Amino acid sequence: MSNLTDLGVAAIRDGVRGGEFSARDVADAFIDAVAAAKPLNAFLVETPYHARAAAKVADDARAAGEALKPLAGVPIGMKDLFCTQGVETTAASGILKGFVPQYESTVSGNLWNAGAGMLGKLNLDQFAMGSSNETSAFGNVVSPWRRPNDTAPLAPGGSSGGSSAAIAARLCPAATGTDTGGSIRQPAAFVGITGIKPTYGRCSRYGVVAFASSLDQAGPMARDVRDCAIMLEAMAGFDPKDATSLDLPVPAWEAGLNADLRGKRVGIPKEYRVDNMPSEIEALWQQGIDWMRDAGAEIVEVSLPHTRYALPAYYIIAPAEASSNLARYDGVRFGQRVLPDGAGLQDMYAATRAAGFGDEVKRRIMIGTYVLSAGFYDAYYTQAQKVRTLIARDFEAAWEQCDVLLTPTAPSAAFALGEKSADPIAMYLNDVFTVPSSLAGLPAMSVPGGVDKDGLPLGLQIIGKPLDEQGVLNAGLAIEQRAGFVARADKWW
Amino acid sequence: MSVEPATVKRVAGLARIAITDAEAEKLAPELGNILGWIEQLGEVDTQGVEPMTAVIPNHLRLRDDVVTDGDVRDRVLANAPQGEHGFFTVPKVIE
Amino acid sequence: MTESTYRIRGATGDWEVVIGLEVHAQVTSNAKLFSGAATAFGAEPNTQVSLVDAAMPGMLPTPNRECIRQAVRTGMAIDAVINKWSRFDRKNYFYADLPQGYQISQLYHPLVGEGSVTVVLDEKDPNSPTKTIGVERIHVEQDAGKLMHDQHPTRSYVDLNRSGVALMEIVSRPDMNSPAEAGAYLSKLRSILRYVGSCDGNMDQGSMRADVNVSVRRPGEELGTRTETKNVNSVRFVMAAIEYEANRQVAVIEDGGRIVQETRLFDPDKGVTRSMRSKEDAHDYRYFPDPDLLPLELDDAFLDECRASLPELPDAKRQRYEGELGLSAYNAAVLTAEVETARWFEALLAECGSDVPAKSAANWLISDLYGALNRLGKGIADSPVSPAQGAELLRLVADGTLSGTLSKQVFEIMLETGQGANAIVEERGLKQTSDTGAIEAVIAEVMEKNADKVADYRGGKDKLFGFFVGQTMKAMGGKANPGVVNDLLKKALG
Repeated sequence: MSNLTDLGVAAIRDGVRGGEFSARDVADAFIDAVAAAKPLNAFLVETPYHARAAAKVADDARAAGEALKPLAGVPIGMKDLFCTQGVETTAASGILKGFVPQYESTVSGNLWNAGAGMLGKLNLDQFAMGSSNETSAFGNVVSPWRRPNDTAPLAPGGSSGGSSAAIAARLCPAATGTDTGGSIRQPAAFVGITGIKPTYGRCSRYGVVAFASSLDQAGPMARDVRDCAIMLEAMAGFDPKDATSLDLPVPAWEAGLNADLRGKRVGIPKEYRVDNMPSEIEALWQQGIDWMRDAGAEIVEVSLPHTRYALPAYYIIAPAEASSNLARYDGVRFGQRVLPDGAGLQDMYAATRAAGFGDEVKRRIMIGTYVLSAGFYDAYYTQAQKVRTLIARDFEAAWEQCDVLLTPTAPSAAFALGEKSADPIAMYLNDVFTVPSSLAGLPAMSVPGGVDKDGLPLGLQIIGKPLDEQGVLNAGLAIEQRAGFVARADKWW
Repeated sequence: MSVEPATVKRVAGLARIAITDAEAEKLAPELGNILGWIEQLGEVDTQGVEPMTAVIPNHLRLRDDVVTDGDVRDRVLANAPQGEHGFFTVPKVIE
Repeated sequence: MTESTYRIRGATGDWEVVIGLEVHAQVTSNAKLFSGAATAFGAEPNTQVSLVDAAMPGMLPTPNRECIRQAVRTGMAIDAVINKWSRFDRKNYFYADLPQGYQISQLYHPLVGEGSVTVVLDEKDPNSPTKTIGVERIHVEQDAGKLMHDQHPTRSYVDLNRSGVALMEIVSRPDMNSPAEAGAYLSKLRSILRYVGSCDGNMDQGSMRADVNVSVRRPGEELGTRTETKNVNSVRFVMAAIEYEANRQVAVIEDGGRIVQETRLFDPDKGVTRSMRSKEDAHDYRYFPDPDLLPLELDDAFLDECRASLPELPDAKRQRYEGELGLSAYNAAVLTAEVETARWFEALLAECGSDVPAKSAANWLISDLYGALNRLGKGIADSPVSPAQGAELLRLVADGTLSGTLSKQVFEIMLETGQGANAIVEERGLKQTSDTGAIEAVIAEVMEKNADKVADYRGGKDKLFGFFVGQTMKAMGGKANPGVVNDLLKKALG
């Protein structure tokens, strides 16, 4: 085996089981890759000891002839939104600098129980608010991808930009992400990897630093569909500690993978043909339709009439929830405290929060506070939740006509860092294709479909019915098999 | 939509984020733009539509009344910026 | 229902007082509303705190069934509408006792809707008017933690043990018009909560406290601006706070001033209310549905169990005591006011069986037992005499073994020694005698010693009969059956 870091989750799992290589060798290979990739700034904390400890458990189990766990020997990256016991967790914010959780998130705990080890905590947009990873308090993540003959750093997408960059750069075979309005799918598309946001409630939110509770959902990011299925099986599951967790068994998604789409209907929502869509995106979408047809699916045009209102509704609901969720960062029980001379309690709050939150976080807290404040609540928040109902109904109506929906993941390929950071709305528009399914809690996935004229990856999104992750994964697999996406970033770091 | 710097300061006050006059001046048009953009929601006819309550059909589970937690003071206080004698401490509050 | 005649006599005329109470009652439960930490009173600081209560990042609330059940049962006990669909909302504000930066409460869709509580304005008067006070709603919410300001010169200490304990907020209509009405309402509410078992009603431990809304107006005119006096923790203080606040408001208005809608604090030492500056700016609470929680939907089976588990409530019990047991209105009221008293009384009746009339048991409890408990400074729950021991004593009275006087003597010995009535009577020979031979012998002796008085009696001085009874009883050491003595004396005196 020339390079263990080229292997994905399934290949590592199978290789360790079969004794082709040791889990320790795999862990070491990735630990070295992580240590050598500082210019990407993908990791906030490196935890080689954790990955090696898990590898030892796997190797010992194999040596003892015991059955190996589903992710035995697989080292992964953990988005730094998941609280990890004894390992600093900051959500890429200044206010949580130095915070060491005394507890483990359910999703990370599930992964450790499945035998995975942790290479480290991955950078992200601060409190998962952003689409380019430029809002981290600890510096931008830089995409491993570059435009030809251009060293300008590109955005890895956001908010799970540390996760996307690390996987694309072969620093880990898979990582966790969280998706509130597209934070798994858009970064996956930007770097040419695969990521799935499951149905809201599949993965527990316990121990995940909250951004917008009614939207936040964890999911895996990896290099292909099968690896996502394996990861998701380990991450998902009912958790009594999360009142919104779904009390359902976890399906055997990997075993259920099947790229034969005969008898399936794939919906093409006409409202996703937005103005000024780059022709390359348009062309890729058409290519995706052809692949679906080739896989045996019937193509139907559907209408999701309230699509254009999804973004504004999202930018009311998410900031409103965030403004309240982030009230606990007050410098009293954990995190940073700023106490100016002679300051009283309320001054301490204001100083602590002014210093500890970045601009985008403040912007969203302010918007959320404004839309919930006296006299505005019904016009903004209640109206947005009604529009959300209409958006969910649009999808329900679509399911009468089709089994999954196919759309582009993002309206463009990766942009350069700094290109959109001056205009918040331009940045928000990046989530135009991913936000509607978030508002409806639906499973949705991005798979790489091709590259643009600069050779940068483009993704296709599949949206499924509630709880039909299998249908989404299968459609994704059909695309993956036909796209034959092999492009990868040349190593420059 | 236009947002006055005074409004920005009031909202920042509610959100407990210290803000200078200069910052308020800068934020006012930014927030005005964003709020103006989201106001297009007003166009949607939502008469008779219920606001979304649960995104995926689910019901609220109720827990048994059993003490299963607590008695973890060290863990509760482990990250406190300031504390003593088993308490968190804050600047003195005058009620 | 009667109109209150309570008025504040101002310099410019009479003023009517309008009062509404928001009562916060701690729900009796082992664990907190949204976490598995304990609720017991008086623990070491921050030992009854889970990571959820401390609002650590990523921690989530999970609701406690018992807290919901108790609030529903409370609603049923005041004949309120129970909402099968309700929601939790977040009330957002910043304070050091509020770790999440919001309180999980219910604004838009409370668990319990309209109900009412009927109060008797004068318990001692069997014909006292009653008044029905409307209850607008009961909702469930989290309690806050506690700040201590006197431990350090420049710091306040934060103890989160109470943080997240379940409270019921019981919001009355502004239907009360005097301190007495408010006092009666609060007492009655407390009584009902304790019957239901949904709150222990320990006001001195903060298990029950009231926010008192007071305004004044000219009789019959529009409502005035109200003030809210927070966290008043006894019936007496609530009445005092209203009295003070109403007079203060009248003085302000008559002085040409205006009442400001504000939050005030009651100072029990000085008996005054004062403005509370620290929470002045916190009035935009930005309520919205808590996205960590789904709507609370209750099914019929849950509601049926709540209803079936309700005990007989004070009003029903009181009617039964009057109707079935034949007790006086006053006695029925006294025995039903506190659930412990009613429980003790019913245990006593059960022990007595059919041997003792309920009326006698009631009289004994209210005069003898209560008298003793008052003297000892004890509540009925700590009575040194058990219902079984009480019944043993009452049975001796009912079967003529003990006279009224003797029974009081025996009871005193019971209190002192803890011995049972039968044993005391046996040991000390306190048994009342109906032995006609012995009594006749004594009577003969008395008549012989007082031959002159016998002659007077026979000559028409009927009043002397009592003298002969007294002399006979005295000679018998109080142990003679008074009825038998009467009969025999009448015979002997002719």
